Amino acid sequence: MMFSVSGLSKEFDQQSIFSELNLTVARNRFAVLIGPSGCGKSTLFDVLTGVTSADTGQIRWQDTDVAHLGDLAAYMHQKDLLLPWFSLLDNSLLPAKTGGEDMEKAKPRAIELFSRLGLAGYEQHLPHQVSGGMRQRCALVRTLMFNRELVLLDEPLSALDAITRKSLQSLLLLLQSEFDRTLLMITHDVDEALLLADDLYLLSAKPMRVVEKIELHGEKPRRFDSPELLAIKAMIMQKLEGDIEHVPC
Amino acid sequence: MFRANLLAVSLLIVLFSVWEAACRVFEIPIFILPPPSIIASTAVLQAPLILPHALTTGLEIICGIGLALAVAVPLAIGMFAWPWLEKALSPFLVASQAIPVFALAPLLVVWLGYGIAGKIFMAALIIFFPIVVSLLEGFKGCDREFRVLFRLMGAGFWQTMRLLYWPWALPHFFAGLRVGVTVATIGAVIGEWVGAQRGLGFLMIQANARLKVDLVFAVILWLSLMGLLLWYGVGWLEKKSIHWKNNRNYSITQ
Repeated sequence: MMFSVSGLSKEFDQQSIFSELNLTVARNRFAVLIGPSGCGKSTLFDVLTGVTSADTGQIRWQDTDVAHLGDLAAYMHQKDLLLPWFSLLDNSLLPAKTGGEDMEKAKPRAIELFSRLGLAGYEQHLPHQVSGGMRQRCALVRTLMFNRELVLLDEPLSALDAITRKSLQSLLLLLQSEFDRTLLMITHDVDEALLLADDLYLLSAKPMRVVEKIELHGEKPRRFDSPELLAIKAMIMQKLEGDIEHVPC
Repeated sequence: MFRANLLAVSLLIVLFSVWEAACRVFEIPIFILPPPSIIASTAVLQAPLILPHALTTGLEIICGIGLALAVAVPLAIGMFAWPWLEKALSPFLVASQAIPVFALAPLLVVWLGYGIAGKIFMAALIIFFPIVVSLLEGFKGCDREFRVLFRLMGAGFWQTMRLLYWPWALPHFFAGLRVGVTVATIGAVIGEWVGAQRGLGFLMIQANARLKVDLVFAVILWLSLMGLLLWYGVGWLEKKSIHWKNNRNYSITQ
C-alpha cells in the first residue's frame, strides 16, 4: 500500500461534499477517480494536497498518519505549467531549487532525463520556443525531479487536442512503467479512465463516496475494440448518468 | 506601416502649416499665439535658460517615482501576503484617490516649503496608487495551477514570490508605471505652479506673467519631450526586465 484515506469528511457551507470516504492506492498502480462533474473531486484534491483540510478522517502514507500529501506527491497537470521566464532546464530544476537540493547534483540528473525523453539540446530553450509536445515532456522531467513516488493529476486531459492528449497519455504511462511511479488521477472523462487506469474508483455525486472499485487488466495503452472494455464502459456510463439525474441543477 | 507613418507626418505638417499661416496672415500678436517657428526657435535658443529648470523638474519626477516605488512595492507585496492587510487598507487607498491630489498642492507648500520636497511628494502621491493596484492585480492574476505546483514543490511564500508571482506581475507593473510616469509629470508641474523657486512649472508661470507666450509654449514643448522620454524609458526598462520575451540567457541556477 502506498497511501490510504479513511473516513474522510468535508463540509462546505453546511453542505456535505464527501463523508466517510475510503480509498486505498497500491504502489506502482495507476489509480483513477472518476465521477460526475461537480461531485467534489477538486475538493478532495485540495484536501489531499493540503490546500484545505478535511473535517474528519485520516490520511495514511505507508505506515504513518500524515496531514496531507503535499510534501509527498508530485504534481502533473494537463497544462504544462512551464514558467515562460525560465529555460526548459531551469523549469525542470524548480523542484530541486525549492526543495533546497544541491543544484550541482540536480543539474546532471535533469540533463540525463532530458536526453532520455528526447529533449537533449533543448535545455536552454525557452518554453515558447519549442512545441507543445516538448513542453509536456519537459513538464514530465520536472515531475520526475520531484523525487516523489506518487504523482497527482487533478485535471482530465480532455480539454487538449487529440494529438497532444495521446502523447501526454503515453507519457503518463511511461511514468508508471519506466520510472516506477504511482499515479492518482482525478477525472470525469470515462474513456481516459478506461485507457489508463489499473484501479478505477467510481464516485457518486454529492455527498461523494466510492460506489465501486473496478480493476482493469490488459496491456496499456488499451484499445476500445475489446468487448470487455466496452461492457465496463457501458456499466460506468449507466451509473454516472443515473447519478446525474439526482443532482439538482 | 509606411502608410501610417506617412499619414502621421503629413498630418503634423498640415497642422503646423495652418497654424503658421494663420499667425502670419491674421497678424496674431506673438504674446497671444506665437507661430510654431518662433516656438521652436525659442525652445532651442532659450535652452540655456530652460535646461536647469528642466533638470529640477526631471529630478522631482524621478525622485517621486522612486519614493512611490519604495512604498508601493512593499505595500503591494504585503497586501498580497496578508489578505487582512488588504482588507484593512483598501478603503484608505480608494479614499486617497477620491481626494483631488492637485488640491493638496497649496497645503504641501505650507508643509514642505518652496523646495523640491513638496513636488516629489506630489508626484509620488499621484503615481503611488496605480502601482499598488497594478502590482496587486498582477499577483492575484497568477493561475491556481501554478500556485498548487509551487505548493507541492514545498516553496515558501518568499521563494514563490521571487520565482513566480513577481515575474508574473511584471507586465502589469509596467502597465501601471507607464500610466504613472506621465501623470507624475503633471503632478510635479502643478506643484511648481503653486509655489517654487525652480522648475519648468515655475518658469511657465514667470513667462506667462510677462506675456512671454512663446517661452510658455517652448516650456510646454520641453515638458512633452520629457514625458515622451519617460514613457520610452519605462518601455526600455520593461523590455530589459521582461527578458524572456527577447533574451534567453537567464538562469535560476546561477
